[in-house]
Amino acid sequence: MQPATASRRRCDRRSARALPWPALVAVVVATATASRPAAGAEAGPAPPDSVLAAERGRVAVMARASAAAVAIFAGEAGGGSGVLVSPDGYALTNFHVVQPAGVAMKCGLSDGRLYDAVLVGLDPTGDLALVKLVGRDDFPWAELADSDTVAVGDPCFAAGNPFLLATDFQPSVSAGIVSGVHRYQGPAGTILEYADCIQVDAAINPGNSGGALFDARGAVIGINGRASFEKRGRVNVGVGYAISSNQARHFLGALKGGRIVDHATLGATVATASDGRVVVSDILESSDAYRRGLRYDDEVVALAGRPVRTVNAFKNVLGTLPSGWRVPLVYRRGGQRHEILVRLAAVHAPAELEAIVSGEGGPRQRRRAPGSRRPPAPGDEPPPGEAPAAPAAREPPPLPDALRGLHEARPGFANFHFNLVERDRVAAAIAARHPVERPAGTWRVVGRLADKEAFRIELAPARASIDLPTGTSTIDAASELDANPSPPGSGGLLAALVLWRRLILDGPRSLGRTTYLGTVPAATPAAAEPAGTAIPVYDDVLDAAVAGVEARFIVAADGAVTGIDLWTAPDAEPCEVRFAYAADGGVGDAVGLPRSFTVRHADTAFGTFTIDEVVVEPATENADSTGPAATAGDGAGAER
Amino acid sequence: MSDTMRARPARARGARLALALALALAGPVSRAATPGETIAGAARGVVKVYGAGGVRGLEAYQTGILVTPAGHVVTVLSTVLDSDTIDCVLDDGRRYPARLVGADPARELAVLAIEGEDLPALPLVADLPRVAPGTRVLALSNLFGVAVGDERVSAQHGVISAVVPLEARRGSYEAPYRGTVYLLDCTTNNPGSPGGALIDFRGRLVGVLGKELRASASGVWLNYALPIDEVAKAYDDIVAGRASAPVAGGGTRFDPALLGVLLVPDLLDRTPPFLEATRAGSAAAAAGLRADDLLVAVNGRTVPSRRAVEEALGALATGDPVRLTVVRGGAIVECDLGPRPAAGEAP
Repeated sequence: MQPATASRRRCDRRSARALPWPALVAVVVATATASRPAAGAEAGPAPPDSVLAAERGRVAVMARASAAAVAIFAGEAGGGSGVLVSPDGYALTNFHVVQPAGVAMKCGLSDGRLYDAVLVGLDPTGDLALVKLVGRDDFPWAELADSDTVAVGDPCFAAGNPFLLATDFQPSVSAGIVSGVHRYQGPAGTILEYADCIQVDAAINPGNSGGALFDARGAVIGINGRASFEKRGRVNVGVGYAISSNQARHFLGALKGGRIVDHATLGATVATASDGRVVVSDILESSDAYRRGLRYDDEVVALAGRPVRTVNAFKNVLGTLPSGWRVPLVYRRGGQRHEILVRLAAVHAPAELEAIVSGEGGPRQRRRAPGSRRPPAPGDEPPPGEAPAAPAAREPPPLPDALRGLHEARPGFANFHFNLVERDRVAAAIAARHPVERPAGTWRVVGRLADKEAFRIELAPARASIDLPTGTSTIDAASELDANPSPPGSGGLLAALVLWRRLILDGPRSLGRTTYLGTVPAATPAAAEPAGTAIPVYDDVLDAAVAGVEARFIVAADGAVTGIDLWTAPDAEPCEVRFAYAADGGVGDAVGLPRSFTVRHADTAFGTFTIDEVVVEPATENADSTGPAATAGDGAGAER
Repeated sequence: MSDTMRARPARARGARLALALALALAGPVSRAATPGETIAGAARGVVKVYGAGGVRGLEAYQTGILVTPAGHVVTVLSTVLDSDTIDCVLDDGRRYPARLVGADPARELAVLAIEGEDLPALPLVADLPRVAPGTRVLALSNLFGVAVGDERVSAQHGVISAVVPLEARRGSYEAPYRGTVYLLDCTTNNPGSPGGALIDFRGRLVGVLGKELRASASGVWLNYALPIDEVAKAYDDIVAGRASAPVAGGGTRFDPALLGVLLVPDLLDRTPPFLEATRAGSAAAAAGLRADDLLVAVNGRTVPSRRAVEEALGALATGDPVRLTVVRGGAIVECDLGPRPAAGEAP
């Protein structure tokens, strides 16, 4: 993604809206008069230069965008479209395009070449998939725009492979306007839900599925995948739908990690009350929302920062979020406004998703989800008119040579190979960020709590302890960590810190079964991020099941560990640690460690820890070594 | 074509035009509205209409246009309005119950009234010149019922393809309107679209999207709109009480038994009008009607129910010729029954 400054974005926005219409005029005028005068016919006045210039601009944008368009061919299983989103060959498409195709497919680009591509990740509920083309590291690609700035009336165009016409790999372009935004098109069963989607009158036909909807700049605002059909059969009637690029961005990290991604549920349903308020109509007592205080009949005011005024608006927000994210929810009860952070649960059990992906639990075999808003209009389904063939044969054919080593099957994953790729990428970033001499010995962290009382933490290879004004806690770092969440009330802070030290020193592979989960919006965007940019910064998430606990590490792009959530039991409330770094170096910076951290457990803030001094000892034969060898600090006490 | 070019003909050359365009499109003062702004303004006056229906091919929704701030809504005359409760939902989510003011069966338009003040109207300007083929237009409609609550109706773009007289039908039903329509290069022939607003790029209402019809000659589904002058005539007639009485509800009924047509008992909300028998010696018997015939039209007006048959016959004057269209064994059969007797006349 190319970073853009706020001011440039605004400029782009305005020119994007203003320019293409004269261009459209130019097409009509030029066709009618100047460009191809009939023999002997008198040509009319030439169109103004500005109009011709705008048209040339439009042609150039479409040519550039077309270069990133992918024609997907999956043999007997049909095919569809896709769009390259990075120079190393990652391309977004629809789940319903690649599901019948299996692991390997052929992808044509407008350069006339056919590339091998391998399945990377799947999102059945959101109808997204990620594939990777191989053979180049300089693929033409398109930027993902901020789809929340898209407005009705904006010019847009699709470039894709309708009716699988692109046998020469040249995409078909169809232009139109944005007909509606924030549309909700209900799921088939529990999958293929189009929430907060973009409606367009650009022709979206069977085969366009998976291709990009571009704005006037040629940036991707959506992934086309669905259309309303009725009496004229499965051909466009001016009503197509695209998954928003912002939704795609939410899932892109998890898809890159080779996962079969799930969508989120709040564990509560909402309904419109007689007075028009959106209220909780049902809630699971086991849900995080319930634990945080949400109750039956509470009015939902906002979710994930977006206002909720209708049930559709609620579904639109929820339908674009991955499971596992923690989002703010604002509700009102008795005139009082409450704001809580809610961790979203998964819609499906893992086995359910597996069945869907393998074609055994497809939409047609499944009942409609309760609460689906409206019955599907006739033909109002995703247009897998790209000949939705029978699921691929049970025995997968051998991978082509070009894809050798790029696929690894594992339950829960579309392609576990890419999970290792992402995990190792994060591991390398963590290692580079923390220039600690390895193997290391005891870490000593001293500092102050919010009330200026001192704390002291010691993390040794086999033992961890914390001194707090309320007392001292110690755990055995070499064995199971789940026995006794310490210190009391923290939910397992010492265990989290033990794993934190181990992650930094020895990498994710030292933490047992560690997988790459995907991304979450960064809690504290990097300082370099221009203010006002709507596109969020994402941090990576690693998940480790180790020593009887489960820990999730949030890691910034620069390898800084920004947070840890640790569960000592599956249904326990996690210990949530969030690290803050000094922008200009400071305490611990020499070894990449944070300036402070906060700890929360359940509804309680356990403490805010400001670090005065970090001492990282080298490993010695004797774990009780005393002499500090590496010190970093900015306080007076740290001077030596 | 371009508003800017038309507004500034003297400057329409080269760089000066570019400057004018740039000013008009981007300048804060005299800037022309973007299509998005035009749509946003006009769409506030386009309402989602909900009424009867809900089965395949007969949707329970269509589109209406608020033409006065006092709450007059122009829409198409259809089975959606054949309901005791009709609702209009504005683009801010406000829902109003609507009353059928009247209908123009010839143009198949109707006027509804909702109780409101200062509503965001899209005014009917009857003397707006007709738009020519090639004019770019925008269609705003409740297509496929996609938009609900406070969601805005859908916007599509297109071009006026032709200005021609309408000759259209749907099944056995022939459209009564034979006047001029705009044919559109824009797929407006969708469920829910009828009654939608056709606007130009200045946001002016230039037409109303018509009912879902096929061309009589070719069977092709037509994308068309009634020109605004026709709409205005219908509106004036309806509001002045000059248009014929509304078809749906309230009309006087006529018992088909007076023609010798004995229908199955009226047990359901919409009992299909099957013939149970004809009375011997009656006009029905003379016309060749038989038991199990299904009445589908009375004088060309579709009759989906027993009640509709009684209302359609009631809408005729005494002495008007009665022509019944029936389906018999899959075939359409026309039967002339001669003049309609008076309602009180003994058979």
